Amino acid sequence: MASLDHADVKEGVDQETVDAVREVGGKYKYGWETEIEMEYAPKGLTEDIVRLISDKNEEPEWMTQWRLEAYARWLTKEEPDWAMLDYPEVDFQDQYYYARPKSMEVKPKSLDEVDPKLLATYAKLGIPLKEQMILAGVEGAEDAPAEGRKVAVDAVFDSVSVGTTFQKELKEAGVIFCSISEAIREHPELVKKYLGSVVPVSDNFYATLNSAVFSDGSFVYVPPGVRCPMELSTYFRINAENTGQFERTLIIADKGSYVSYLEGCTAPQRDTSQLHAAVVEIVIEEDAEVKYSTVQNWYPGDENGKGGIYNFVTKRADCRGARSKVMWTQVETGSAVTWKYPSCILRGDDAQGEFYSIAITNHHQQADTGTKMIHLGKNTKSRIVSKGISAGVAQNTYRGQVSMHPKAKNSRNYTQCDSLLIGDQCGAHTVPYIEVKNNSSRVEHEATTSKVDDEQMFYCRQRGMDEEAAVALIVNGFAKEVLQALPMEFAMEAQQLVAISLEGSVG
Amino acid sequence: MSALAKKQESTAARLEGLALPKGGAWATEAREAALGRLQTMGLPQRRDEYWKYTRPDTLTQENAPEASLFVSDETPLFDELDRLKIVFVDGVFDAGQSDDFAGENLTIERLSDVAEADIHWARDLYGVLEANGQTPVERPLAAMNTAFATDGVVIHVTGPVERPVSLIYRHENTTSDAILHHVIKLDAGASFTLLENGPAAARFNKSMEVDVADGAAFHHVRAQGRDHERRAVTHIFARLGTESVFKSFTLTVNGRLTRNEAVIELTGDDAVAHIAGAAMGDGDFLHDDTVFVTHDAVNCESRQVFKKVLRNGATGVFQGKILVKKDAQKTDGYQISQSLMLDDDSQFLAKPELEIYADDVACSHGSTSGAIDEDALFYLRARGVPRDIATDLLVLSFVAEAVEEIEHESLRDAINTRLEGWLERRRG
Repeated sequence: MASLDHADVKEGVDQETVDAVREVGGKYKYGWETEIEMEYAPKGLTEDIVRLISDKNEEPEWMTQWRLEAYARWLTKEEPDWAMLDYPEVDFQDQYYYARPKSMEVKPKSLDEVDPKLLATYAKLGIPLKEQMILAGVEGAEDAPAEGRKVAVDAVFDSVSVGTTFQKELKEAGVIFCSISEAIREHPELVKKYLGSVVPVSDNFYATLNSAVFSDGSFVYVPPGVRCPMELSTYFRINAENTGQFERTLIIADKGSYVSYLEGCTAPQRDTSQLHAAVVEIVIEEDAEVKYSTVQNWYPGDENGKGGIYNFVTKRADCRGARSKVMWTQVETGSAVTWKYPSCILRGDDAQGEFYSIAITNHHQQADTGTKMIHLGKNTKSRIVSKGISAGVAQNTYRGQVSMHPKAKNSRNYTQCDSLLIGDQCGAHTVPYIEVKNNSSRVEHEATTSKVDDEQMFYCRQRGMDEEAAVALIVNGFAKEVLQALPMEFAMEAQQLVAISLEGSVG
Repeated sequence: MSALAKKQESTAARLEGLALPKGGAWATEAREAALGRLQTMGLPQRRDEYWKYTRPDTLTQENAPEASLFVSDETPLFDELDRLKIVFVDGVFDAGQSDDFAGENLTIERLSDVAEADIHWARDLYGVLEANGQTPVERPLAAMNTAFATDGVVIHVTGPVERPVSLIYRHENTTSDAILHHVIKLDAGASFTLLENGPAAARFNKSMEVDVADGAAFHHVRAQGRDHERRAVTHIFARLGTESVFKSFTLTVNGRLTRNEAVIELTGDDAVAHIAGAAMGDGDFLHDDTVFVTHDAVNCESRQVFKKVLRNGATGVFQGKILVKKDAQKTDGYQISQSLMLDDDSQFLAKPELEIYADDVACSHGSTSGAIDEDALFYLRARGVPRDIATDLLVLSFVAEAVEEIEHESLRDAINTRLEGWLERRRG
């Protein structure tokens, strides 16, 4: 997040990237810690812990039972090992499954009552929890004149939601935007109907774990025909040590509605690895559209591979209605280990799914990420654009599946995944699965792997750019297709992240 | 019990009572080692990732499923070519139908003879390239072949050989279960063409290990027979030296189940490996091309070109991988897998992979699937070409990229004639 010095430069995208490289100096910017009194559940995972989490969230009995069933299923499941990831075994009993700031014990009624330390934390992250026109993710923007777009923010700190902005204004439009724990209490009929309907409780090891222990997350319901009046955003912050974060997000876009949702995340710099296992479920009814954008910037570990977040995430959108549409955009720069496959089930006829991804790995980072496009309905369309960039001794894998079922007549898929290698110690891998079960559908998959082009390098260097800035510029060009799909709030930050993550990869 | 322990147990049960063939010291050693590998890995099972799209049970079960005999009215393939014929009937060598094993720069022996000797050069290759090809992905059926094969050809090529050697596999017994294992060694600068054709047996497990020394060139053209009910699993393990050339093309026309694995390792700089295949499936047909190319030297080129034409419920499978090791700079890797589905009942399942650890490389892969291009069909019909002929032309142009990989014109023509025959039989 650069200062706004160059914000007035119209063609300033590349300039900012270059600035970011200079200013950030290779450090993870969000590695600081908030000193705040915390309340923990005892270490480890047992049925009692599951009950305790449910109890802390003041959940009804049906929810507690739901969790306990998930916990029982989890005990029977094996951790997946098929990804191209190599990390020490996670001791699931050596984690805290619940941590909340003491000051959150009595739920604040409004943002004014929230502990100033927490508010300061988010302000420092560039996410001011104030209801004003802001450009999320741009430092100093809170002082800017009120001409930016509105963004409603749900801020999750370790296991609890700190607060949600613009709730009143959203309510007027009929949109429900609150923490999932609040939704379980206030809108049980919606939660009961949709929770676990896209990602079933026993979907996979991590999703089952999440179903048992998720502590908070966001809930969005957009009623029929409503275009959500502002961008919705959730910012996840891990602060406590040895604590896993398990958030759960449920988004429901009813018939003919539209919502754009942004997600951001950071964590302090620590020597020990931390666990993060989230589940995101999106239900999209007839003619509705959801845009889901992520800038994942968890602490990636240091240059020797020490510490960092293990990020095991299940994200899935179910396009249930005809002509429904979903677009996933992700910029993955953080985490020591990433295991993440945001997927689309294209159930309704003429449904559309899109997936745009940039995954950047440096030093000892490992990412195994991609998407699934499951075509069930007629005339469904999907598009996958994935750019993987590896530097240092990092490993970067695109893993994806495109499946055309027999009834998905006249469907289309186009997949392009490109990998860029910076340095000769890293790896780039592509593992696509293509399954076509009817002949009126068309599937195209393309993938390339290359290094930073010498001629482009020469061109930049000749014009006086140093090597690092030149690489950042070329990489930005390489990733442009994906960056352009990001909402404006994220595009700037993402472009800077591209530069930051590659810091130190040259020479 | 872990999944692997269960697999090992069921494999032990399957192998119970099966004795390794008797032979000389080197062969016994190689067979015992292979049996050990097989016991450790266990036979493939349906849940194995590498068998995701092809069920291995009929390949691993005790008895070969019956396959009725098919009488072809076609002229035998390669009939007009001058070649050295070696005939196996249901996996058993037929001296009466075979030519003399004689040729300039060429020594041909039978595995059954070679394995009797206490020492033979084949020991440096037999089961060696196979064992090497067991990592990172296991190929238990190849280990099984090395352990239990009793016959095959052992060929040593010392210089340029003009006249191709042609292995002909006849199928005359409806329950035959054949295993053959060939070893081919090309010395530096040698060149050699190997042809293979025929349905072979009700069930056929064939392995071939090819060592292509520096500057040598190996060409391989194979056609797997038309018997509708036959099943086959084949492996090619090849090691390529500096500036060597390896080119292999396979035409598969029907057969209930075919799994062709190719494991190619480019170990010398500037080597070239092209592996291509065209599969024509009609009805109850599953064709699986599983290819693994490893680049372990500088400035090598590899191409994988696989085309599948499918109809009436046929299934095409492609699992291809390009692995570029850390020091294999300047690699040029290309892979294309495509299916043309002539109706709505067929399916194409593909897993085209890249695994790259070197930064100065250009690797790409593509995979497509779809029906006949209606625009192209319209174009041809507008010019007076009847619909069925126009469709055939488009099918031929679709597979052409794979057939073009055959270097010798006469061989290419022979394959094209076969393709046209397949289309003609389905017309009207």
